[in-house]
Amino acid sequence: MLGKLSWSAIPIHEPIPLITSVVMIVVILGVLGLITFKGWWPYLWREWITSVDHKRIGVMYCLLGIVMLIRGFADAIMMRSHQALAINAAGYLPPEHYNQIFSAHGTIMIFFAAMPLVIGVMNFVTPLQLGVRDVAFPTLNSVSFWLTASGALLVNLSLFIGEFARTGWLPYPPLSEATYSPGVGVDYYLWAVQISGIGTLMTGVNFVTTVLKMRCPGMGYFSMPMFCWTTLAASLLIVAVFPILTATLAMLSLDRFFGWHYFSNDLGGNPMMFWNLIWAWGHPEVYILVLPAFGIFSEIFSTFSGKPLFGYRSMVAATLFICLVSLMVWLHHFFTMGSGPAVNTAFGISTSIIAVGTGVKIFNWIFTMYGGRVRFSVPMLWSLGFIFTFVIGGMTGVLLAVPPADFVLHNSMFLVAHFHNVIVGGVVFALFAGIHYWFPKAFGFRLHEGWGKAAFWCAFIGFWVTFAPLYVLGLEGMTRRLQHVEIEAWRPMLYLSVVGVVILIAGVVCQITQLVVSIVRRDALRDLTGDPWDGRSLEWATPSPAPFFNFATLPDVAGEEAYWGIKLQAIESQQLAPEPRYADIEMPVNSPVGFYTAFFATVVGFSLVWQIWWLAILGLAAAYAGFVVFAWRDIHEVHVPAEEVARVDRARRAAREALLQRLAHQGATP
Amino acid sequence: MSDYDLPAAIATLRRVREDPNRLGRRGHGDAGPALGAGHGATGPASKRVIVGYGFWIFLLSDIVMFSCFFAAFAVQREATAGGPTISDIVDLRRVALETAALLLSSYSCGLSFAATNARNRLWTQVFLAITAALGLAFVLLEAQEFYDLVRNGVTPQRSGMLTAFFGLVGLHGVHVSIGGLWLATMMAQVQFKGFRTEIVHRLICFNLFWHALDIVWIGIFTIVYLIGAGS
Ligand code: HEM
Ligand SMILES: [Cu+2]
Repeated sequence: MLGKLSWSAIPIHEPIPLITSVVMIVVILGVLGLITFKGWWPYLWREWITSVDHKRIGVMYCLLGIVMLIRGFADAIMMRSHQALAINAAGYLPPEHYNQIFSAHGTIMIFFAAMPLVIGVMNFVTPLQLGVRDVAFPTLNSVSFWLTASGALLVNLSLFIGEFARTGWLPYPPLSEATYSPGVGVDYYLWAVQISGIGTLMTGVNFVTTVLKMRCPGMGYFSMPMFCWTTLAASLLIVAVFPILTATLAMLSLDRFFGWHYFSNDLGGNPMMFWNLIWAWGHPEVYILVLPAFGIFSEIFSTFSGKPLFGYRSMVAATLFICLVSLMVWLHHFFTMGSGPAVNTAFGISTSIIAVGTGVKIFNWIFTMYGGRVRFSVPMLWSLGFIFTFVIGGMTGVLLAVPPADFVLHNSMFLVAHFHNVIVGGVVFALFAGIHYWFPKAFGFRLHEGWGKAAFWCAFIGFWVTFAPLYVLGLEGMTRRLQHVEIEAWRPMLYLSVVGVVILIAGVVCQITQLVVSIVRRDALRDLTGDPWDGRSLEWATPSPAPFFNFATLPDVAGEEAYWGIKLQAIESQQLAPEPRYADIEMPVNSPVGFYTAFFATVVGFSLVWQIWWLAILGLAAAYAGFVVFAWRDIHEVHVPAEEVARVDRARRAAREALLQRLAHQGATP
Repeated sequence: MSDYDLPAAIATLRRVREDPNRLGRRGHGDAGPALGAGHGATGPASKRVIVGYGFWIFLLSDIVMFSCFFAAFAVQREATAGGPTISDIVDLRRVALETAALLLSSYSCGLSFAATNARNRLWTQVFLAITAALGLAFVLLEAQEFYDLVRNGVTPQRSGMLTAFFGLVGLHGVHVSIGGLWLATMMAQVQFKGFRTEIVHRLICFNLFWHALDIVWIGIFTIVYLIGAGS
């Protein structure tokens, strides 16, 4: 009846997962109780859960990403502290538990922290920068988000019902085949990632269409802000490679469930095929993460230097170059697996060539600052920290791209240091910078600068103290994923790394404090003009927070830096453009279909993990029923009357008038 | 910028006049991009273009997924583990029938859309029904093929080659079946809701999907069955 599910799935005898689960359940119940007690459900349901507004969805993505970032960080703390305590000693995590932790850490960080944050920022910013009112498929967008949330839920469910995979963040066969991993851990991995992966694929489709087909009048390709270009590049990569992930995971599931032989060790199965497929997805995936990060930095460097982005066109070219070449380097993840010198050389060269595109970007950012009036605000600090950190991460990457060197360093702590160097220094720094930068647009007030700076310095120093020792350990021969350490000489570096983690924890505390302080002092930090950083792209033409329809009338723009041009003209002529004629607006209507789909996706995923077939079939049938009901609906759009549009826009214009007057008074350009 | 209330013929006329070559730009002389095509700096595309374009992108991703299963088949073709080879299991007569059914279903699908463009409900439904029947015939033939194989002990568990074979052909079969479900709901929508804009858009997407499955089948037919039978 319940497949493989029984009471023994609850970890009664393992204190750590048990306590964690109990704490998590209590917290979740507490939050739900509070919401019920305060009567917030109708509001949440109406304004958030069923919302198809790209800004709301973006915020929810970021929230999910931040929660998961903290969850993954907890795993990291456990791993670093366990290793430090397991030098010729037992440590405190038994092997099967330690293996689950490093697998969960990687999976959560890539799929449920970094991806949601990147996609969240993409969601929030792209339509605003393109000067349009929403993405191409708003309801599908909500489905994407809720599918991602469903995957995250499944991963966390594995903590207290059953177990998680012990096979690493990419489950290499034959270890991950049913023969060697008979438990449900790998199945949890497979279905969680599969479900969220489908959500991501839909996001990719959505954003390719949005960028290519929905730009405001006057915005040709070469006047799109850099962030939109990187959104486009990342979305193209998603469309190109996420289907590979779907296919690969489906194949592994077939092997595990029905004893097929895609990747098995016997009867003609081919584990190397898994390696090729998964990295054909996996390497482009890291660029899906980092390209939008590059886009965020591009916006910030130019805004805070008060200059247009240097070499805009070469930046576009470099982005597309990276986009293309990232599809041709996957083999560098298994140089040691016997492809032979010719193949290894080819892929070694293609890998190193990627660094050329990255180099172009680095120089462009530096030249953007050159001669500018640089303001060292929090986003700018993250960006400067990024340049320093990422250059080093990129260079260790090029070291690893040399096959003979990789034979020594493959799967060592050096590799671990490399990819944290690029992912933390590149992606995570960008996200913190981006959140600080666009926060006022989302909530109407800025984040506190002082605590933000403290958070940056803790993260920056903490990062280096944590990961620089790992480079040393890797060169000394320490391999990754060790549950037990027997070499006394590694002790100092392992300890030093824990010190770094402590500094990082301080950084997290600063971030949370920053948020709390900013909320408390939100009136003092209020952004009245809608343009708090003297921005250059169209999102800053809207009031903060932006109204749900973004623009009262679609802007008609000319040239690069659409909003900068409008702003300069207003300052020169000492007046705003004449008031447009307001018309009624149609906006897509809210829909519970995303939530509904994800609910049944969770049910189906859970029942497939435990092989409760009848429930899986029931869930699929319910999902199909939902599809039919959705297809049947008659109302697709809500009507926003012209008076309402005018009211919102006149308030915006009044704030801008005030700003103009103030500037005229000071006799200065912004 | 949407072709909402316009009767079909007028909407089509306008598109043809503005964009005779269907390239998203105007014809002779005035060679700028057509309004609503989403090209250049003319502003957002019309809903129809957005929906069709997005669905094309989705289809591309679906084809990437198929290509993984094709690749697996290419890799594992010789991995028979002492079991049957591909030429042992191909029954070209049935495959010819399947192919005929699927190609004809694509043809009738195309005819149904001609009827949709003329906003003729009866003929749209008739041709969609023929499409559905042919699709069903295809799925049944394939099910029969699989059933016969499995009955004779030729299962995916037998070898890597058979795994890849069942995986690739089966994935296509699943696609056609899902397409059939979709087709059924489309017919119901046309029947009860008529040719509303969004339903026409969905019909466009369905047509694209169905033709794409045909193209994938041509690949399977060639690479798995024809080459397989010849080897
Ligand atoms: C300058 C460009 C880069 C080069 C030349 C490069 C090179 C490499 C090489 C050769 C490896 C394989 C090492 C081994 O397994 O022995 C590797 C691993 C990795 N890189 Fe990079 N990399 C670059 C940038 C990046 C970026 C930007 C990211 C992420 C945002 C990234 C993330 C990773 C990850 C996650 C792994 C290891 C995955 C694993 O084995 O679990 N790399 N890199
Ligand atoms: Cu790589």
